[in-house]
Amino acid sequence: MPRVLTANIDANQPPPDRSAYERRGGYAALRDTLRTLSPADVQARVKDSGLRGRGGAGFPTGQKWSFVPMGPAAPRPKYLVVNADEMEPGTFKDRLLMEGDPHQLVEGTILSAYAIEADVAYIFLRWAYRLAAERLERAIAEAYDAHYLGPHILGSGYSLELHLHVSAGRYMCGEETGLLNALEGKRGNPRAKPPFPALSGLWGKPTVVNNVETLCNVPHILSKGVDWFKQASLTGEGGTKLYGASGRVKRPGLWELPLGTPMREILDDHAGGMRDGVQFRGVLPGGASTDFLVGDHLDVAMDFASMQKAGSRLGTGTMIVLDDRTCPVGMVRNLEEFFAQESCGWCTPCWSGLHWAADMLRDLEEGRGEAADLDRLAAQARLLAPGHTYCALAPGAAEPLQSALKYFRDDFERHVREHRCPWQ
Amino acid sequence: MARIFIDGRPCDVRDGINLLDACLSLGYDLPYFCWHPAMGSVGACRQCAVKQFRDEHDTRGRLVMACMTAAADTTRLSIDDPEAREFRTSVGEWLMVHHPHDCPVCDEGGECHLQDMTVMDNHTYRRYRGTKRTFRNQDLGPFVNQEMNRCIQCYRCVRFYRDYAGGRDFDVQFLRDRVFFGRHRDGVLESPFSGNLVEVCPTGVFTDKTLKRHFTRKWDERTAPSVCVHCAVGCNTVPGERYLRLRRIRARFNHDVNGYFLCDRGRYGYEFVNDVRRLRAPRVGRGPDQRDATAADAVERAAPSLAAGRAIGIGSPRASIEANFALRSLVGAGRFFSGASEADHQLAALILQILRTGPVPTASLHDVEQADAVFVLGEDVANTAPMLALALRQSVRRQPMAIADRLHIPEWDDAAVREAVQDAKGPLFIATPIATHLDDAATAAVRGAPDDLARLGFAVARAIEASAPVSGSAGPGEARDHAGTIAGTLREAARPLIVSGTGCGSRAMIEAAANVAWALHRAGRPARLALIAPECNSLGVALADAGGLDAAFDAIDRGTADTIVVLENDLYRRAAPAAVRRVLDRAAHVIAIDHLATATTAAADVVLPAGTFAESDGTLVSYEGRAQRFFQVFPPDGEVRESWRWIRDLLAAAGRTDAAAWQTLDDITAALASALPAFAAVAGVAPPATFRIAGLKVAREPHRYSGRTAKYAGVTVHEPKPPDDPDSALSFTMEGYTGQPPSALIPRFWSPGWNSVQSVNTYQTEVGGPLRGGDPGVRLVEPPAGSSPAYFKDVPPPFERRAGQWLCVPLHHIFGSEELSALAPGVASLAPQPYVALNPDDLASAGVEAGSEATVTIGDDTFRLAVRAAPSVPAGIAGIAAGLPSHPWLPLPALGRIRRGEGAR
Repeated sequence: MPRVLTANIDANQPPPDRSAYERRGGYAALRDTLRTLSPADVQARVKDSGLRGRGGAGFPTGQKWSFVPMGPAAPRPKYLVVNADEMEPGTFKDRLLMEGDPHQLVEGTILSAYAIEADVAYIFLRWAYRLAAERLERAIAEAYDAHYLGPHILGSGYSLELHLHVSAGRYMCGEETGLLNALEGKRGNPRAKPPFPALSGLWGKPTVVNNVETLCNVPHILSKGVDWFKQASLTGEGGTKLYGASGRVKRPGLWELPLGTPMREILDDHAGGMRDGVQFRGVLPGGASTDFLVGDHLDVAMDFASMQKAGSRLGTGTMIVLDDRTCPVGMVRNLEEFFAQESCGWCTPCWSGLHWAADMLRDLEEGRGEAADLDRLAAQARLLAPGHTYCALAPGAAEPLQSALKYFRDDFERHVREHRCPWQ
Repeated sequence: MARIFIDGRPCDVRDGINLLDACLSLGYDLPYFCWHPAMGSVGACRQCAVKQFRDEHDTRGRLVMACMTAAADTTRLSIDDPEAREFRTSVGEWLMVHHPHDCPVCDEGGECHLQDMTVMDNHTYRRYRGTKRTFRNQDLGPFVNQEMNRCIQCYRCVRFYRDYAGGRDFDVQFLRDRVFFGRHRDGVLESPFSGNLVEVCPTGVFTDKTLKRHFTRKWDERTAPSVCVHCAVGCNTVPGERYLRLRRIRARFNHDVNGYFLCDRGRYGYEFVNDVRRLRAPRVGRGPDQRDATAADAVERAAPSLAAGRAIGIGSPRASIEANFALRSLVGAGRFFSGASEADHQLAALILQILRTGPVPTASLHDVEQADAVFVLGEDVANTAPMLALALRQSVRRQPMAIADRLHIPEWDDAAVREAVQDAKGPLFIATPIATHLDDAATAAVRGAPDDLARLGFAVARAIEASAPVSGSAGPGEARDHAGTIAGTLREAARPLIVSGTGCGSRAMIEAAANVAWALHRAGRPARLALIAPECNSLGVALADAGGLDAAFDAIDRGTADTIVVLENDLYRRAAPAAVRRVLDRAAHVIAIDHLATATTAAADVVLPAGTFAESDGTLVSYEGRAQRFFQVFPPDGEVRESWRWIRDLLAAAGRTDAAAWQTLDDITAALASALPAFAAVAGVAPPATFRIAGLKVAREPHRYSGRTAKYAGVTVHEPKPPDDPDSALSFTMEGYTGQPPSALIPRFWSPGWNSVQSVNTYQTEVGGPLRGGDPGVRLVEPPAGSSPAYFKDVPPPFERRAGQWLCVPLHHIFGSEELSALAPGVASLAPQPYVALNPDDLASAGVEAGSEATVTIGDDTFRLAVRAAPSVPAGIAGIAAGLPSHPWLPLPALGRIRRGEGAR
């Protein structure tokens, strides 16, 4: 199995320093690119590669970059912001990349910043990732020493400042506009779009926000080529993906696999199947804010299109597995309480609707549920739709709720009927 | 124009607005919370959801927030769509999840936007069973009450307080369904616009704390259109009364003047009307012998001295034009004096001369908001004309709006505009003796002695236009450097504005401001001028051709007059106490007409109790030259009557037959218009008393007014005859027209389904636009055609400090410096104690310390003041709090001496 993003990562070793990273071919993409490619060329290659954002929404990266005003007339400074505020429950893939190979992210950041002619880049890091902060800080300093950062990088006409910002942190700051507000020192509330950050982003200037894993792909696309990237996946969407699994599987973990690897393969071959004595009941395929899938879906390829067709989303590609010894209502309650707690308090459907949904789920769990609550919960899930709310938090929260009501309806009804949680 | 389709109906709407604005302007009932016409859209509450369709073939459509969607040509939307309705109902339900069911005991009940919207979105039954979140409330000072449990998290309060009004000590805290709006801890809200939270809050989180102490429901309030009397801006107000007590003041929307808002002095100064110091009965006899008398006795006693023709009349810049004119008629044109201090009188006359002879028109507050470059010369507007300061805060947003334009962000998309614009501000130059609360919005703030600032003004005028007089070479270096920048910026602006006023007491300052405006005019720029007069009717009295106080005192001193009639004026606030005492003693007869017991009324032989603004009708002329009518809110109680009626009675008693014709206010305004051409338009300020709609007067009491047959039952079970109002087209009771009258007669805002102040939407030609039929008020002063007066040439010499002497300049305070509002307990509690402010580097040479007491000598007067160290006070200058009730009048600016107070360590 070809490992690309994790090729340099050995969990038992410290991450490669600059010279080790360079020995393994690191920063070659940067050297070649600055010498031979224009920003437009870089944009074109990433666009052609079909790279889609690995942070959850899956927006095509090259297309996102293409919205940024280019050339001498563009407003300055322009910003590239690395979204390293990894807080999706069950998701820990960016952490591995940052702790295991920080220079790869630094190189990807410089190349992507070059593609949009950014003047300044920030890595917006989740506060709890202390080891990542330490390692990134060292990598950035080493990159400055080697003139990979700062004025006239490697003697080229391109200059970039890169700052690590360790955030105060909330789930909401992982949403790109919430992140920008937080980076500006404001409340981490989202912003309405339009205007999109590419036009009015950080401090009102053109800004691109990309996920860690997304940016880590960029050096490899540039060094190995668009065709290589496309062939690296099983289903044509391009590249590899860090897949994770948590829950009662035998070997919870994280694996770099070709994009489009079927769910069953990941769960059985890599996670070792379910623990003894428990049965698989369902899975949140891409983090807490994706719809449940069940046994019928196990052979679906884990890529953007297939997951959507199956009624869920690839999201972050890190699965949370539900087993038959765990109460699905309790699991959804746990999730909705998390989302309700993380609501920034800006738009009504989110701050009130999620609170109410969590409240009803608590009632069900504690034996106070009413039959009508199921319809009310379904109504909440339906009303918290994209566009109805200010950002994607509440619609994301609605996904596990609506799918749980669909696939585990009996369990909900038992809670009402028996006035208790049957698993307790 | 854009053509949009609402539920299939084609509608033409203005370009560049959003769908919510369009729907409301067209008269559709579409509920909303977070949007405010003065503050734009942020899309937080999600209440205004409508269904938008791609084209006529699209049958599915998608929900959009009307406030966040442009009303572009061919937009198709549905308000009635079932899915949109269901979503709006859900928003109502979500908002009510935590909202307490305390409407019956909530001060907002009956005028609550949340109540209206909940009814409008048809949320009727609570299904949420959980506990409601609760908060600990904060004590926010004397004006605003907080009850956070009622909060629906619409963010309007914080957007008004911080983004619109520039406040810093109020913010949003915490998150999810527990967002808290308040201060970091209990304490008085710092913003002088905090009272607007009461009106922008859509429910009962922020309510009027003064109303709470004498609460009455909106529907039980008798109201009338009125005008604020606490400064020269002339904000429009709605005072409310019940049981002959004034309960509160709310803003009366006027697109040209105050828009939706008021300052806290204007909103909370009203309690002087209910004060125990009010005069309620005529009094006769001087000094300790003064006693209550009947009206007939008092008038009879005053008559002989008036009949002799040896009376002078001292009018008042805080009394109506009609009252001043009546007094002028009583004593004769040459024997009528303005009643302002001699200095203020001269300055008001100068302002009038500038406005009447110069080519530059005055700026309304709306013009101020639209100005794209501003030069404030000498005036601390945040304290002397607070709402003008609020308008200036909006003016600095004009130029940066180009940034948003370039990004195709519509102006109403408030959060996006502010993000794109960041901290960019349009040019606002402030040159004042000491720091002002507006400085944080300024491009540059220049400090200096008044004469040096005036020199800066002259230099700016000269830099704009070469024929303006030279200010000479000297002057503070900092100021000189600024002159070129300021001149260049003003010249480049599309709508430059010059602001000055009487606050410094400097003639040169006002002349310099006029020169700047006139230089811009000569350079072909459409400049505007805002010259702030000291009081609510200073300009009106100046227009009435009055003499100054020195001449009045002189007439008594020389014996050419032996009787003084003082109208709504405490002379001890106008001149040195010794001089006032001398003149009052020397006059054989002093007749005082006022609503307050003052040192002047105490020294009078005859005291006649006058109605305040709330018990009188009349006209005030604002700094803008705008004549505006205020109407009685309630009939005067007991022997209290309008000043002009007392004077009418005095005229009659003195044997003057012309007075017999003055039966109503319209009679006196007609006489005024024919006697003084400056007031020719005054009758058109409001419809006459004979005006009727379908045969009806306009009702001061709402149609839901309760208790009319019961409220006097403790006195009599017979329902009293409704009092007549011969002076206006308003009735005192609920009998009358309750629809929308002409704008000058709007007694309150209400329309079916809209019980809150948001109902003002339905009175406007378009939401946020002018009132239907035009905003009330008539501008009496406009530039004469082809005017090109000579520049003012008296450039003062640079300020030079003299050893051992200090130039004492007046420092005005929004709370405390104005006579009437200072009687309101809340305002009084925020007024400073008398003080003198010195530069910290000057303390040693004055021999005083901050916090100690100093003895200050100005002329023959010596008094003790607390010492404050203020880094922005220029060297050699001493700032002295002006107009405080606890301190005698001072002839500021003046040279004075300062030494360590006896009590000091």
